[in-house]
Amino acid sequence: MSTTSNRWVASHVATLPRSGIRDFFELVAKMKGQDVISLGVGEPDFTTPWHVRKAAITALEEGKTYYTSNLGMIELRRAVATYVTEHFGVNYRPDDQIIITVGVSEALDLCFRAFCNPGDKVMYHQPCYVSYHPSISLVHAEGVAVPTYAKDNFALTAEALRAAWVPGCKILMLNLPCNPTGGTCDRAQLEAIAAFCREKDLLVLSDEIYSELTFDGTHTSIASLPGMEERTVFLHGFSKAFAMTGWRIGYACGPTALIDAMMKVHQYSMMCASIIAQEAALEALQNGWENVCEMRDQYHRRRDLVVRRFNEIGLTCHSPRGSFYAFPSTQGIGMSEKDFAVGLLKEQKVAVVPGTAFGANGTGHVRACFATSYEQLIVACDRIERFVQSPRA
Amino acid sequence: MNPVLKLLLEGGRLTTAQMAQVAGISVAEVEQHLEQLKKDKIFLGWRPVLDLSREAAAGAAVRAVIEVKLTPERGGGFNNLAQRLAKFDEVESCHLMSGGYDLLVFVNAPTLQKAAAFVSEKLSTLGGVLSTSTHFLLRSYKEGGFLLDGGEGSGDRLNVSP
Repeated sequence: MSTTSNRWVASHVATLPRSGIRDFFELVAKMKGQDVISLGVGEPDFTTPWHVRKAAITALEEGKTYYTSNLGMIELRRAVATYVTEHFGVNYRPDDQIIITVGVSEALDLCFRAFCNPGDKVMYHQPCYVSYHPSISLVHAEGVAVPTYAKDNFALTAEALRAAWVPGCKILMLNLPCNPTGGTCDRAQLEAIAAFCREKDLLVLSDEIYSELTFDGTHTSIASLPGMEERTVFLHGFSKAFAMTGWRIGYACGPTALIDAMMKVHQYSMMCASIIAQEAALEALQNGWENVCEMRDQYHRRRDLVVRRFNEIGLTCHSPRGSFYAFPSTQGIGMSEKDFAVGLLKEQKVAVVPGTAFGANGTGHVRACFATSYEQLIVACDRIERFVQSPRA
Repeated sequence: MNPVLKLLLEGGRLTTAQMAQVAGISVAEVEQHLEQLKKDKIFLGWRPVLDLSREAAAGAAVRAVIEVKLTPERGGGFNNLAQRLAKFDEVESCHLMSGGYDLLVFVNAPTLQKAAAFVSEKLSTLGGVLSTSTHFLLRSYKEGGFLLDGGEGSGDRLNVSP
């Protein structure tokens, strides 16, 4: 039956490749109940702080069960404006320059749908989050991958951008700090990228979802650089820093005309983000900063632990400046990322994700998420060491 | 801050070997840090966090919170009295408080009678004690940072996600 039904599936969806993550998810799922330690997740191990959950419960008790403004609750947009000014140094008007979305994923989809004509080219650095390229394909635009390298700690360089640029490029997609590499750019690197964007008249979509989890130095938003606010859509959300992945709540800030275009798509497709999630997000912004700092400090110590252990074991690993991912190389031990990930899972029951799930430039690396307890990380690293040291044909 | 103290403040239950791994120092160094914290009287000792309501053999131990009003002593204020009171084995913890009473005393006793006897014979007869108000603990919901009814976990978290 499925064969005959296929004829109704749009061709650009039918040709969309399956996520590499999905394959690995199924492999791990088969080992349920076998004491697998998973470093394969993409979310915090912390539960949403209780005061945030309580705010959602109170909202329900008060009968807050209706639609909100398409742009999101004005109280939340005001809180977002204050937060973005304080933490990123950019000013947005709550009335017309901020839209609350169903996670950054929706915000990104809105951007592509609102800004891309068929055939437009979107540059993005790779390895990258799994949905970037498919989301670009879904609006009949073309993705132009710009490689980042371990030698640069996976920072995006203006040189690599220039080398990858082709006529027709309209948008640059950034995710700094980056999932899966943890790489980010310092101010000087960002200034060079900003200059390139101004030169080529690129619109920047900046997904800064991991910015609060920056361990070394301070995070700089490209939107805060001179001349960039007018050509940047700043994307952010609550999932990572506030441990709120399941709430699906994020936001986009940008020039009025761009937010207005995104709002058009959003009002017809999503209407608004869930009011309960918006109420929780408001509480997180008003009273959750201490939680963010506590979680960040723990991630910092976990990062130092896994990076040190990976390098001791022989898995060359740069120190990710942000996010909760390490992206060690398997090349030094003479294994492909796929063989390493599958072998490690089967022999030692530790799950990591092959780097190629995040694009071809992830070859020779695996993503290991350190959003798990010290105890688990210590055992996982010991198992990885046994795997690396075990003789194999 | 002492790196071991940082880990202790997180409230985990790491062994010294695990602390060494996390802090990136040797086990000997962890022990040195612990020794230093002991010398500085910051680290006083380890105590397990137990939910004895689940252990029948522990018997029906009684816990009480006692509000104590005192007459401060000339010279010593509340300190001398509080220290004297704190020395009783039954006293688990003892704090000087702001507000309507002076000391808040947590007491452990094997039976109700023994708890009552502690209050009437030892505590209230202590010179300087003006009055006591005893509250018995009926049920505990959280102890030392642990939720007692199972708590919550990330059991439903997907094993692999983007």
